Amino acid sequence: MFLRKLVAAALVPLALLAVAACGSEDEPSFSDDALVIYSGRNQNLVGPLLDKLKAATRLDVQVRYGDSAELAAQILEEGDRTRADLFFSQDAGALGALSKHGMLTPLPQNLLERVPDKYRGKDWVGLSGRSRVIVYDPRTVAAPPKSVLELTDPKWRGKVGWAPTNASFQAFVTAMRVLKGEDATRQWLQAMKDNGTQTYPNNIAILNAVDDGKLQLGLINHYYWYEKVAEKGQIPSRLAYLPAGDPGALVNVAGIGQLKTTKHAQAAQRAIDYLLGPEAQQYFAQQTKEYPLVAGVEPDPGLPKLDTLNGPAIDLAKLDSLEETLKMLQDVGLV
Amino acid sequence: MSEGRLGAGRLGAGRLGAGRLRAGRRIPAALLLPALAAAVLSLAPIAYLLIRAVEGGPAGFAATLLRARTAELAARSLGLAAVVTALCVVVGVSLAWLVVRTDLPGRRAFGALAALPLAVPSYVAAYTWVAAFPGISGFGGSALVLVLCCYPYVYLPAVAALRRLDPAMEEVALSLGRSRMAVVVRQLRPAAAAGGLLVAMYVLAEFGAVSIMRFDVFTTQIYTAYRASFNRTPAAVLGLLLVAVTVAIVLAEARTRGKAAYALRGAPPRRGSAVRLGRGKPAALAWAAAVAAAAVGFPLASIAYWLVEGASRRISASALAETVAATLGVSAAGALLCAALAVPVGIVAARHRSATARFLEQSTYVGHALPGIVLALSFVFFAVRYAYPLYQQWPLLVLAYAVLFLPASVGAVRASVLQSPPVLEEVARSLGRSPMGAIRQVTLPLALPGVAAGTALVFLTAMKELPATLLLRPTGMETLATQLWTQTGSGAYGAAAPYAALLMLLAAIPGFLLGKRDT
Repeated sequence: MFLRKLVAAALVPLALLAVAACGSEDEPSFSDDALVIYSGRNQNLVGPLLDKLKAATRLDVQVRYGDSAELAAQILEEGDRTRADLFFSQDAGALGALSKHGMLTPLPQNLLERVPDKYRGKDWVGLSGRSRVIVYDPRTVAAPPKSVLELTDPKWRGKVGWAPTNASFQAFVTAMRVLKGEDATRQWLQAMKDNGTQTYPNNIAILNAVDDGKLQLGLINHYYWYEKVAEKGQIPSRLAYLPAGDPGALVNVAGIGQLKTTKHAQAAQRAIDYLLGPEAQQYFAQQTKEYPLVAGVEPDPGLPKLDTLNGPAIDLAKLDSLEETLKMLQDVGLV
Repeated sequence: MSEGRLGAGRLGAGRLGAGRLRAGRRIPAALLLPALAAAVLSLAPIAYLLIRAVEGGPAGFAATLLRARTAELAARSLGLAAVVTALCVVVGVSLAWLVVRTDLPGRRAFGALAALPLAVPSYVAAYTWVAAFPGISGFGGSALVLVLCCYPYVYLPAVAALRRLDPAMEEVALSLGRSRMAVVVRQLRPAAAAGGLLVAMYVLAEFGAVSIMRFDVFTTQIYTAYRASFNRTPAAVLGLLLVAVTVAIVLAEARTRGKAAYALRGAPPRRGSAVRLGRGKPAALAWAAAVAAAAVGFPLASIAYWLVEGASRRISASALAETVAATLGVSAAGALLCAALAVPVGIVAARHRSATARFLEQSTYVGHALPGIVLALSFVFFAVRYAYPLYQQWPLLVLAYAVLFLPASVGAVRASVLQSPPVLEEVARSLGRSPMGAIRQVTLPLALPGVAAGTALVFLTAMKELPATLLLRPTGMETLATQLWTQTGSGAYGAAAPYAALLMLLAAIPGFLLGKRDT
């Protein structure tokens, strides 16, 4: 009696799974013929673009969404048996990690050369740029600071938010180490901490805190602000872009790399070619409000030109340097 | 029922009627083998951590462990776990008692609502609180959110135990001049302790909610190791430290069990007369209403607010139906497989006192304070090497759910088996049943409420599972949890609302079914 009930109960989920499997018949769960992209970028942001890619290239593409760092760790665990052909990462650090472990294959020059060399490695290429900015609350801040170095001023005590565990924040700290030196950077971090800088888990949380009037200033990536405007319409906060040469003016990239184990090298390169093409670059400019990295495609008119930002020249994917930054953040007790 | 009389005859005998059989009795192979399989599957993540930790050499170990911040964060995690566990026991047990044993007005409705918070991912709950009350943060904020998310871990097994509680025991206590509560509290011990253990492990493994509450804990370091340096060694070393802490907690819980007896008479007991709350009724009602408002009403109101406030993004009905079917399918299959693995472990744990029995039970717990990403990566590690054809196919995801949530099910099974007297099994044996036959025909049916409660618990928890789902699901498959993550990850709370609402709606089903049982 008990067993019969249990078996009956077990049949229900199996039937549901069968229904779900049939429902997605046009997209089989795994097939050796499809080009598989592991995407660390959010489906809401790049899903429509990857649909366009499928339509334009007629490639059979399957996308697996996740967190960039977690997908990188997954690919490292999968090793040579990874099912990924391409890794589309939110930041250069995760691509650098795969590159360092020899998981990526060098890309042809004709693909690499389409973007400025500071936005690519030998085996990955940046697809879109995002600028570090200061988000501020114009209700309480008349003139936002002109440099991140001013944020240690006592007048901002407890009024600034940052996200030390965030990859793009750490890239910014790395940039500061390159520009201002180790000691100056460590002192700045310590001074910020002593000035009561508030720690948040991510850019969205900082932006929300500024809009809620909890913070006056925050260190974030520019495009989160545009995403929130798209969702909410009007929001109170405004962005301040920092002048060229300031470490806070760093431009990070989201990029893509091809796994060395791929059996679909040709298809993978066609996909990368499409993502560096005008249609995709325009998508980044118009839809995600990021900076297109390929010459000839203009960013959104509301953004300052990429070359005026002229962020510090650092190797975005250099992991050893990231490890140093992490160690510094740990020493100061921020992560 | 003759069974009932036999059990009742042992009532006054206390320790003689112990819930366990004598020590040294052999565990039947039909229990031993599946229990062993469950233990091996549960220990696999620890093997993975050892492999990754050793890669870094002794220097890697030392560098990670000797950091001052490691100790500081470990202390914070333990403090949070202790406070949240204690509060969850208070909330869970008091609600269970009010719903099952008193004349609290609206107790059925409270009972149906009480399990719903399990369906809300804790990072979503934390977000709703921070969005509504930007001042909430830190230890207090983390504790608030985690108590509201986790008390059902105590509530559900406590309800199962109370339903099986024989009112005669309370009457005996009353006749001896003791309070009813003395009996209730004593009989609830195994269920509350098992639930409390789950809460403690959940809190130790938690990352999303505490990071939104801006409270750095031990897991913060583990996530930072993955996210910032892509270095798996420090994460593995820290993970092993977390395992060591869990072992200590599991052993401590086992010690508190002592040798007390919990067996009740075998037949489903008659319903005891409901305790009249009398003048305490308004206070009891206010308490139950406050918990329901904070744990269920508040998230529902937030979801409704998202729907109104957010930009409307179109969600196709067929895609939504597919997502719901997939979520229900893998979660329910995972919960049933989990029950199948947990029943043998739970019976062994309740009925045997050998070192083997202890090892089998405890090994199903020790890996469960690990953050989801660590467990998920260990599944990737083993599946890619030893089950490649199944990798990123749904059967593997179902197996992952079963292993991930095993402690919830084992605890519930064990607590309910403890309440059924072994003497009934012995009688069945003397009437010619095999050991397994006796278990199947006597013990299991009596333990059924507990097994069902555990299965419901696993089902609810599996529906919102994220890290393992992201890494192991078939490419292209979406669950409600992955969709919720996608939408909240890009700040699209309007689009996230339907998924969050559906999670809570589906969670009401097992809560309702469990609530309906013999009320």
